[in-house]
Amino acid sequence: MAILRACGLRKEYGRGTGLVRAVDHVDLDVEAGETVAIVGPSGCGKSTLLHLLGGLERPTGGELRLADRRIDRMSETELARLRRQAIGFVFQAFQLVDELTALENVELPALLAGAGPRVARRRAVELLERVGLADRAAHLPAALSGGQRQRVAVARALVGRPYVVLADEPTGNLDSAATTEVLRLFAALRADGQTLLLVTHESRVAATADRVITMRDGALVGQTNLAGAGGGLGAFAGLEG
Amino acid sequence: MQDVVLALLAKEPSHGYELRARLQEALGPMGDALNAGQVYVTLTRLEKAGLVTAEHVGQAHRPDRKVYALTADGRRRVDAWLADLTWGKPSEFHLKLVAAAAARLADPVDLVEAQRRELLRRLADVQRAALIEPDGSAAALLIEGITLRLEADLRWLDACARHWDRKG
Ligand SMILES: Nc1ncnc2c1ncn2[C@@H]1O[C@H](COP(=O)(O)OP(=O)(O)OP(=O)(O)O)[C@@H](O)[C@H]1O
Ligand SMILES: [Mg+2]
Repeated sequence: MAILRACGLRKEYGRGTGLVRAVDHVDLDVEAGETVAIVGPSGCGKSTLLHLLGGLERPTGGELRLADRRIDRMSETELARLRRQAIGFVFQAFQLVDELTALENVELPALLAGAGPRVARRRAVELLERVGLADRAAHLPAALSGGQRQRVAVARALVGRPYVVLADEPTGNLDSAATTEVLRLFAALRADGQTLLLVTHESRVAATADRVITMRDGALVGQTNLAGAGGGLGAFAGLEG
Repeated sequence: MQDVVLALLAKEPSHGYELRARLQEALGPMGDALNAGQVYVTLTRLEKAGLVTAEHVGQAHRPDRKVYALTADGRRRVDAWLADLTWGKPSEFHLKLVAAAAARLADPVDLVEAQRRELLRRLADVQRAALIEPDGSAAALLIEGITLRLEADLRWLDACARHWDRKG
């Protein structure tokens, strides 16, 4: 079953000669448990699409369903609640609160969503463990490496047990080793059945998805299926020489 | 080299020196090392293999020249080469795109896309291995090298797609 479903989704900015079709009639089904990567040149509309899918921005037209609920015409209040509970966001620049510890950063959205302090704390501790950072709970973001900060951000995204985690260039600020850390975490989440949609310009990151979708000028123009890909490691041989 | 020469002949029957000139045009400075002998040796081998035929064309005041043309077998080999996704040197893939475009055998953008999918699948296999390989092992180092190379190749394929998209 498609957990996230976009039909003829559009987002336009400006008007007349200044009209930009940032997202141009996108049809997209994301199945529960799937990892989907969206790639494409800068300015092709990847972030805008992700913002529409996550209810951060309103579409100009088209339909959008999350777990079979129309979300494109929800009220602001409903949408705000949905964003807190049903969708997890991960950004390139982590967007952690500098003054809060790792643990507090993770529990903050739970508190905002109305969870009691003890429940929120328990959930945050559990998630920091999940991302392998239980021993860094009391650290401020400044005292964490980039990879660790992004793992905290992933833990925070998971607090509301979201249907889908949306990640915009999650490894864009990370070096190779930290990218591996985050990719390992994503692989573990996926093994638990977490649905994940990520935007990336790194082919290495895209290659960890079940499906890679290419976007150009606001439209989805191609798709490569990677689930159960290729000839296994024997394919290495073809690279040599 | 054999495949490239065959593909260039798919456009029209040609003399050896015309083929060499077209190769050098496509390769630019990389084609400087290409001597006439290499092209003729290749053509002779292809003729022996029945992939091309040579016809003598008489010229006034000069020795005859040979004009080479593809045979049906030669044409089949060209089609197989275009469909083959084995990844070798950039120069070979580059010439494949040039030849395919010149002879209108295939849309270079489609060839690039097929190759991109293939490399992405390989990268997916490599990444699956990378994520379970312990850091610091000898195999992890090899995996890193293969990953970096595939990433570079994929970036170049993006550049190929942009180039041929503008032309097409
Ligand atoms: N708030 C806005 N107002 C006007 N135009 C916008 C706005 N946001 C985005 N755009 C335009 O929409 C298009 C898509 O932008 P978007 O940020 O989604 O691209 P992107 O694929 O994420 O690029 P990048 O890879 O550089 O992050 C661009 O042409 C951009 O200039
Ligand atoms: Mg963006």
